[in-house]
Amino acid sequence: MFDLTPLEIEALGLSLRVALWSVFVSLPFGLATAWLLARYEFVGKTLLNGIVHLPLVLPPVVVGYLLLVLLGRQGPLGAWLLATFGVSLPFTWEGAALAAAVMAFPLMVRAMRLSIESVDQSLETAARTLGASRANVFVTITLPLIMPGILAGAVLAFARSLGEFGATITFVSNIPGETRTLPLALYSLIQTPGGEAGALRLAVLSVLLSLAALAASEAIARRLRARMSD
Amino acid sequence: MMLEVDIARRLGALDLEANFQCEASGITAIFGRSGAGKTSLVNTLAGLLRPERGRIVLRGQTLFDSQKGIDLPPEKRRLGYVFQEGRLFPHLSVRHNLLYGYNRAPAAERPLGLDRVVGLLGIEQLLERRPNALSGGEKQRVALGRALLANPRLLLMDEPLAALDQPRKEEILPFIEQLKAELDLPIVYVSHSMQEIVRLADTLVLMSNGRIEAVGPLEELTNRLDLRPLTGRYEAGAVLSTTVAGQDRMFGLTELRFAGGRLRVPHLHLPLGQKLRVRVRARDVSISLSPPENISILNIIPCTIQEIGEEQSPQIDLQLDAGGAPIWARITARSRTALDLKPGMQVYALIKSVAIDRQSLGRRDAAERFLAEEDRETEAGLQPENGHGGEDD
Repeated sequence: MFDLTPLEIEALGLSLRVALWSVFVSLPFGLATAWLLARYEFVGKTLLNGIVHLPLVLPPVVVGYLLLVLLGRQGPLGAWLLATFGVSLPFTWEGAALAAAVMAFPLMVRAMRLSIESVDQSLETAARTLGASRANVFVTITLPLIMPGILAGAVLAFARSLGEFGATITFVSNIPGETRTLPLALYSLIQTPGGEAGALRLAVLSVLLSLAALAASEAIARRLRARMSD
Repeated sequence: MMLEVDIARRLGALDLEANFQCEASGITAIFGRSGAGKTSLVNTLAGLLRPERGRIVLRGQTLFDSQKGIDLPPEKRRLGYVFQEGRLFPHLSVRHNLLYGYNRAPAAERPLGLDRVVGLLGIEQLLERRPNALSGGEKQRVALGRALLANPRLLLMDEPLAALDQPRKEEILPFIEQLKAELDLPIVYVSHSMQEIVRLADTLVLMSNGRIEAVGPLEELTNRLDLRPLTGRYEAGAVLSTTVAGQDRMFGLTELRFAGGRLRVPHLHLPLGQKLRVRVRARDVSISLSPPENISILNIIPCTIQEIGEEQSPQIDLQLDAGGAPIWARITARSRTALDLKPGMQVYALIKSVAIDRQSLGRRDAAERFLAEEDRETEAGLQPENGHGGEDD
């Protein structure tokens, strides 16, 4: 019943690629930001917190437009990237991954920050008195304890990236095979006369994909919890 | 084997200014009320709290010296730390909790291994469990084992029993006594419970408002009247060094001999000659001018009044001298006037036998348990042990 058309396969593959890359690339930055916000007091903390959360409250089109202004070939950052590395992000799938990462960043940081804040820091001092250095404490005590939070943040970001539309279409446009992810393909079909059946199939596909992602994260979280309390 | 501390640190309203030296052997108790700065002091020893100035030297090794710019991080100090709340790692099994410090200690400097510690603490059956599945007493035993297995040069214990109820305390105390007897490991023990300290400590460090008020042998400090506001009023009492001198099987009494005579106390399953430290609380001692007759009290000890506490209070503490041993009595101001008590008078101290319960006893060391099986039912927790003699007098 569900034989995928080449067009659907292309959109699905692209969506997965964009979402996975967006999560992988933003993961270390997300963890570092969450750590900074959870553990340190510094001047400009409120500002940083605000900037991180901006994509959550701004219209996605605005985020896409800002990315275009910043990273377009004439943009300050874009011109530098092009001159130094020969990299141009607009209208490429890498750009789509970046747009998705920016949009999903606040969700990722929030989940991680909560889990970092819930770690009992007295366990870390206890580990220090047992002969573990700071770095060693992070790897052997803190990281295992915040792993569920990191995972939750990654899954949330992945799901959000799969569904990214506004910032993507503004920043990298809607190019078949390059930046036309599932939501963009769905949008295109709706705009096409007679595309309703195809649109419905893509909608069902999106639902299944999201459900699978959620189920996978639940399963991993359950195993982590079980390891913690048997 | 000295511990030298001279540090200063401001902590909110508290000025921590600790300057003392003591022999780092046996159990050194740091005693003071809550807020006296005991935990902060121990944290500076462990390297968890940095003093603003001063130095800390343990057995010739400088752990901290503000002038020379030395500040060893906690992981380099090799001090074990048993916290009040255990602080076991929830994501590791008991076995891996125990081995956490062991695996990080230099291989040449860890005479204590897993089997020995597990046997000592009786936690064999817990090894594969997670900390969440342990009771409070079990957690504290594992925490103790974890600190021991790091093979520290000094063990810090910060109110390790404070979060436990009395039966759980009785479960842990024998283990600490056993450590002291079997391992050559100096312990710094923080507590606000005189009971625990009388049972465990050799040396007492008295703290008040961030300062060290006195350092010395336990018997000496607890018997000093001028320190009484610090050692506690309600629980105040003298500590006597005694020897088991006889058993009265028929009535279930044990006779203890001390410098001032003999004390009869509820039965203790101890051999003759066993040294025992007994605390007689001031509020359990009455005074009589002549030896009373027809009285239920078994312990009637002739003494001389040495000092009468000068206090504008309905209750007055007398310091009595019983053949060189100090005894305190707390009586009402009214009785003092009625009996016209003055220093130098001959009086009789009356001490109820049953007032001397197991919590007043300080056993000296461990080896064997002498409580007969039938006694354990009634005196659970009182398991006096044999001594290798004489270190307390």
